[in-house]
Amino acid sequence: MASESFGSEEEEQQQQQQRRRRADRRVRALSGHLEGRAEQARDGPPTERDTELRSRSAVPRRRQEVMKWNGWGYSDSRFFFNKKGQAELTGKRYRLSGSLIPGLKDWFEGTFGADLKHESPAKVALCAGAVPPPSLGEAFVAGLQAAALPFSVETEDRAFRSHGHCLHEIFALRRGKVGRVPDLVVWPGCHDDVVKIIKLACQHNVCLIPYGGGTSVSNALECPVEEPRAIVSVDTSQMNRILWVDEKNLTVHVEAGIIGQDLERHLGEQGYCTGHEPDSMEFSSLGGWVATRASGMKKNVYGNIEDLVVHVRMVTPRGVIEKSCLGPRVSIGPDVHHFVLGSEGTLGVITEVTLKIRPIPAYRKYGSVVFPDFERGVACLREVARQRCAPASIRLMDNKQFHFGQALKPQVSSIFTSFLDGLKKFYITKVKGFDPQCLCVATLLFEGDRERVLWHEKQVYDIAAKFGGLAAGEDNGQRGYMLTFVIAYLRDLGMDYYVIGESFETSVPWDRVLDLCRNVKEQVVRECRERGVQFSPLCTCRVTQTYDAGACVYFYFAFNYRGLADPIHVYEQVEQTARAEILANGGSLSHHHGVGKLRKQWMREAVSDAGLGMLRSVKEYVDPDNIFGNRNLL
Amino acid sequence: LSHTHSDCCCYHNSPKSYILLKTWDPALKKRDDFEDILEERRSSSDLRYALRCYVPVVYKGIAPCKPGVLKTAVLQSDRLRHVVAEMSKETGESADVIREEASGILEEMAHRLRLGTVRFFAYSLSKAFKALFQRVRVNEDGIQRLQQSIQEHPVVLLPSHRSYMDFLIMSYILYTYDLSLPVIAAGMDFLGMKIVGEMLRMSGAFFIRRSFGGDKLYWAVFSEYVKTMLRNGYAPIEFFLEGTRSRTCKSLTPKLGLLNIVMEPFFKGEVFDVSLVPISISYERVLEEALYARELLGVPKPKESTSGLLKARKILSEDYGSIHVYFGHPVSLRSLAQGRINRSQYNLLPRHIPRRPSQETQAFVNETAYRLVRLQEENMVLRPWVLVAALLLQNPDGVDMERLVEQTSWLRGLAVSFGAFLDWPGNTKAVASSLALHTGLVRTEGGRAQLAMEPKEPGSPEEDLFDRAASVLSCASYRNQILHVFLRPALLGMAMQMAEASRKDDIYSCFSFLRDVFSNEFILCPGGTVQDFDEACYMLTKCAAVHVQKQEVVATEKGQRILSFLTSLFQPFLKGYQVGPAPFLELVDYPRHFCFLGFLPSLTCYEALSSDVQKNALAALLRMKVVRKLKV
Repeated sequence: MASESFGSEEEEQQQQQQRRRRADRRVRALSGHLEGRAEQARDGPPTERDTELRSRSAVPRRRQEVMKWNGWGYSDSRFFFNKKGQAELTGKRYRLSGSLIPGLKDWFEGTFGADLKHESPAKVALCAGAVPPPSLGEAFVAGLQAAALPFSVETEDRAFRSHGHCLHEIFALRRGKVGRVPDLVVWPGCHDDVVKIIKLACQHNVCLIPYGGGTSVSNALECPVEEPRAIVSVDTSQMNRILWVDEKNLTVHVEAGIIGQDLERHLGEQGYCTGHEPDSMEFSSLGGWVATRASGMKKNVYGNIEDLVVHVRMVTPRGVIEKSCLGPRVSIGPDVHHFVLGSEGTLGVITEVTLKIRPIPAYRKYGSVVFPDFERGVACLREVARQRCAPASIRLMDNKQFHFGQALKPQVSSIFTSFLDGLKKFYITKVKGFDPQCLCVATLLFEGDRERVLWHEKQVYDIAAKFGGLAAGEDNGQRGYMLTFVIAYLRDLGMDYYVIGESFETSVPWDRVLDLCRNVKEQVVRECRERGVQFSPLCTCRVTQTYDAGACVYFYFAFNYRGLADPIHVYEQVEQTARAEILANGGSLSHHHGVGKLRKQWMREAVSDAGLGMLRSVKEYVDPDNIFGNRNLL
Repeated sequence: LSHTHSDCCCYHNSPKSYILLKTWDPALKKRDDFEDILEERRSSSDLRYALRCYVPVVYKGIAPCKPGVLKTAVLQSDRLRHVVAEMSKETGESADVIREEASGILEEMAHRLRLGTVRFFAYSLSKAFKALFQRVRVNEDGIQRLQQSIQEHPVVLLPSHRSYMDFLIMSYILYTYDLSLPVIAAGMDFLGMKIVGEMLRMSGAFFIRRSFGGDKLYWAVFSEYVKTMLRNGYAPIEFFLEGTRSRTCKSLTPKLGLLNIVMEPFFKGEVFDVSLVPISISYERVLEEALYARELLGVPKPKESTSGLLKARKILSEDYGSIHVYFGHPVSLRSLAQGRINRSQYNLLPRHIPRRPSQETQAFVNETAYRLVRLQEENMVLRPWVLVAALLLQNPDGVDMERLVEQTSWLRGLAVSFGAFLDWPGNTKAVASSLALHTGLVRTEGGRAQLAMEPKEPGSPEEDLFDRAASVLSCASYRNQILHVFLRPALLGMAMQMAEASRKDDIYSCFSFLRDVFSNEFILCPGGTVQDFDEACYMLTKCAAVHVQKQEVVATEKGQRILSFLTSLFQPFLKGYQVGPAPFLELVDYPRHFCFLGFLPSLTCYEALSSDVQKNALAALLRMKVVRKLKV
């Protein structure tokens, strides 16, 4: 039931015979599901749907069994510094798991002025009394019971669904604090269950907050304190079946609660993929992607979520919204899908989605290019975009992020490898004269036929060479992508030692990329200084996506908060000024994280009064009683 | 002519607003100490100084850019390409021809900084300065702040402009302190000087035409040139906010063109911030003293020429006292613009396409310009002579030395309490040394000091009048240096006199009127009436000259001396505005307030002859629509 580590999964899977796996899965799913049923005494008798094929998800209903309640990801995976001061990642899930990372300590202490002697450990459990008992209308609960919908009012279940992964949310949890939590968590198993739940909620005037993977970083899952009604969290994780695969049209119809890794794994078993790989895909759900307009790492080949979606079904208080056909493109007025895409749980629950699929590419290759400085790196990416020859993924890390990546190198076992590393370093810095404090690295991922990939690779490296770029090997490339999967675990490590951090992103026209990156970083540094942060902050960025008319830029920002009375307040203010700076430099409010409640204050400026009015009127029509009262977006 | 009471409601001074004002109190302003940079020059070799190793710190470690590279960058910029294409479309001329023209403009404009020339200047200026001046004193703390700023953000140096010496002094100081040499916006007139013009070019000057209003190409080349230097931080940019040398030693109304240009890269996000550094250069005795007075009386400015410069060598034998150069705190444009400028207004247009700045932006630039000029004024070091000159001008018949010393000391107390930045050697010495340095302007006989009004050799009555007026104007130019300290309280004093009642509303409206009348003459920031009124009330209350109540402003017994000094200090301007433009005017309106000014037809006030006063008065009358321009 555990997920395999990323990067190695396909090869392994391809070796096995599909038919046998399907049979296996059927058995596992059935038994797993029955176990799950046993936990809930209140559950009604098994219904028809339980006998259907249902895959065992990497995320169970009781998430806290495998996932941290106060940090990122799996409970068995966490970073720590061993007695020798070497960092280690526990568990077996990731490539890095189990290996020693000797460079992290020095980088960590040097970058943040942190000290392993100064610890700020998290509380082991929620404070007693942190979560008040649920306040619920009996009629609503009775309705759920009558409809045989599994639900829970346990503290742990409710607290788990009261937050996303914004810094302030995790920071509070680590101190044993939670804000308002839902009064009840309900697990619909299919579209019809959702219809029932919404009908009940409308009848009894209960506030619903859809919950998918719980990886939101826009404060979207926070339960509004000012909400007077009972709040019910609708956890879609059990709606995770792949309903059908259409190999003729290359589409798949899936229940929206499925999480990224399950979707790709199951499709992989049949030789397909969606190719949608946001950094959070281990935990984030299909419905969440649609509701936030998510973007995948490999969008250059497969497109972002809005390009992948063929059909959406969403249940709203006003009824079900969906299109009547699966036509690949239509001209029937404004696209109603676009009211659903990015609706952030304010209109209803997305229950089923039809997505495009592709055969799994035969060949995949990582790569990397070193540039003498960030300016030339950006110029190269711009040229690649101009020629429309971007590989599946191309990302440019700035100098600081490059050093960060280097600090995560696992200890090498052979002298030969370390000798080779030294030689590479010598070649780049001494022979080629790259300044180690300026150089930056682009990481690449190519996918396709072997021939095509090799040809494509050459094309990209030729362009890079024009901008002074040197090919720097597959290893660097792969490590760059690994960083995105472990960064959230690393944040938890930082928080053990007084370092807090967060990421934020934007999209911006090409000609402003450099100015925006520089100004935002300087603004963060200046603001930290003015707000009394005693150690200089880390603010680093990478260009993560290229488009015809611009790029997506992703920032990491972290600092050592020792000596600050209210670090979260300081953090939030710095983040605010950083966002204001982004907007002042022609950047967008968000490229893929969404607006949530965190960036709501800028919506009017972002879409104009009339634009906001349009969105409002849709909300008013679809959900006049504000049943979906998470107060995101508008 | 309408000055409504609409903005009167908010000036009632509550005790709370006094507390707020106190934090602003100019007399509490802390200023740095000075070091004399000539001291070392007098004791060590000038040659070695000129040839020493010069490695200035630069912005973010950027290597100074070769002039050739800079020119290419400008000519190939998106902005210029855009304008060339536009013009080619408009005129039908081929783009190549226009590009050629642009290249020619740039050739004529661009600086060609050479270290060799800089060293030559370093050597010869050391010699010249030692001969001319007793001391060149600089606040080293300011230099340190500047050094810090240069590394962090692009820097714009904004010195006051009283003399041709200004930019030589500036570069000389920066060279002395191992700071990067600025590129300086200079008027095209200097190119008239053979060799010297080109040498200035090689020491960092770039030359702009005095007027190029409609010339789109010129404007594009010029602004792109300045912005390219700023964006890349190759060197600090230096220009004079006042646009030209002030012949009267009063600050001039700031010009906005260049300030607009240097701000734009920040507005458009091309730089994170720009540091604006106001610099106050004060001369104990201005080199051009006599020339200025003659110019003000209508003798045209001698054309800049190398031979003229050589002829002027004789000034080397005179003593011009000390120079004080005060480098003010760098002002962060980002902080100034915070909450004032919405930078996202530039998001929807490619940044190289020129666009007229929004009204909001224009107002901001204008206000900033005034603010910077006021910062220059505040940090001007005033010598005792400035006070002595003010007193002598009020007593054309002369004053007893003892009384002069007493009055000067009284005036010093008042000036300091109003925030003046005085360099004071002690009362008696102050007066004596002042009189000694300015023997050309003042006569001391039989224990009395008097302005030197009598011509050395009698000529025709017109010539005598001219000479007398010239020496009055020279003397006035020193007095003018302290006017900014007394301006606001004096306007209040005059308003009280004018209102003939103590009702605060009436006084405010007179104050507002006078402020409006004089806004071409003095640095009075548009829209700052309420604040200025509050400041004036605060200052006069502090020295117990007036009593400010809720509804009334009353002069105190003790305040009579102060108020009468203040009103007579500004009397020449009142008179000047009464008689100055009168001969040229056909009045279209004769408003109530001008009755107070009253057109006195006598010509007792020499200062009214100053073309500067006449020009300003005329501009004010035109602005206030009291007069109308007829066909010329």
